[in-house]
Amino acid sequence: MTTPPADPRPADQGPADPRPAADPQRAWRRLLRAGSPRRTRANALAMLLAGALGFAIIAQVRQTSIEGLDNLREDELVRIFAGVDQNGDRLTEEIRGLESSLARLRSQSTNEAEAQRAARQRLDALGILAGTAPATGPGIVLTISDPDRKVTGTVMLDVIQELRDAGAEAIQVGDARVVANTWFTKTPEGIGVSGTQERPPYVVKAIGDANTLAGALEIPGGVSATIRSLGGSTDTTIEDRVDVDALLSLTPPQYARPVPTSTP
Amino acid sequence: MIPAIGLALGIIIGLLLQPAVPLWLQPYLPIAVIAALDAVFGAVRAILDGIFDDKVFVVSFLSNVVVAAFIVFLGDKLGVGAQLSTGVVVVLGVRIFSNVAAIRRHLFNA
Repeated sequence: MTTPPADPRPADQGPADPRPAADPQRAWRRLLRAGSPRRTRANALAMLLAGALGFAIIAQVRQTSIEGLDNLREDELVRIFAGVDQNGDRLTEEIRGLESSLARLRSQSTNEAEAQRAARQRLDALGILAGTAPATGPGIVLTISDPDRKVTGTVMLDVIQELRDAGAEAIQVGDARVVANTWFTKTPEGIGVSGTQERPPYVVKAIGDANTLAGALEIPGGVSATIRSLGGSTDTTIEDRVDVDALLSLTPPQYARPVPTSTP
Repeated sequence: MIPAIGLALGIIIGLLLQPAVPLWLQPYLPIAVIAALDAVFGAVRAILDGIFDDKVFVVSFLSNVVVAAFIVFLGDKLGVGAQLSTGVVVVLGVRIFSNVAAIRRHLFNA
């Protein structure tokens, strides 16, 4: 057992029992007796020194917490610097990664907006062509009066062809929309347009360049002349706004299949 | 008991006053505190050994603090400041441990 740090024991000045306590109970009693509050010089000195110690502990703790870099040793500074360097590198990497993510997302969103716009345009154009979407625009309204019911499906088809040739983009005859697969037949009561019965006078609406459309109908030997020779007459009015709002429902083709193309 | 109250008082006063350690004292204070702690544990052990003397305690307290500070000062002047202060801290730690072990044996017989 090592000697206690206190200087060699002056046995005559110790408390009444100089022998070390042999069991814990005596040790506790001894400790309690030493700890009991008594006004002695020993206690006063001990309190003073303990107070100084407590004060010094707090002062040192506070000093350590507010200490800056100037009191550190070189190897500690090197360690701190290496840590800061590593952190800096890691954060730079992170910044780079996030910036590239941001750029990628930005371009993605513009591409998506572009794609959406293109898809919408295509949808509108195809809708007008297929007759599933109503169309409006400048054009003509052609009224064909046919008192003798002499106008045949062929004549009507000629009218449509002339209009298409003149750049008509949407056509309807009466209440029937005219699209790529529309067919005309002669019926006792008038003309059948893809199965819809139309009776004279036939009102043909066409959207396109109004002057070109009107001109196409009046060329010598054209459809107006043909109709007049059959006993009917035509009346064309140019309108700033023609509504072709007869609609068709889309039926998927039974026999025709699209040729597979590579998707973009 | 009374010294413990003294310690508590010192701590409270320190927390209230928030003292700043003067610059000339800054290298020595940590070592001095450890040395003082060593003296305190030694005193408690002396109480349990039945050989406590207040004069001895005061002298050992003060001499521990002065010697520790002096060793740090000398080390700084000689250029071995870091190593010497490490050595002093190690030795004081060893003594604190052995004193605490003795106290423990007295109080708990374990």
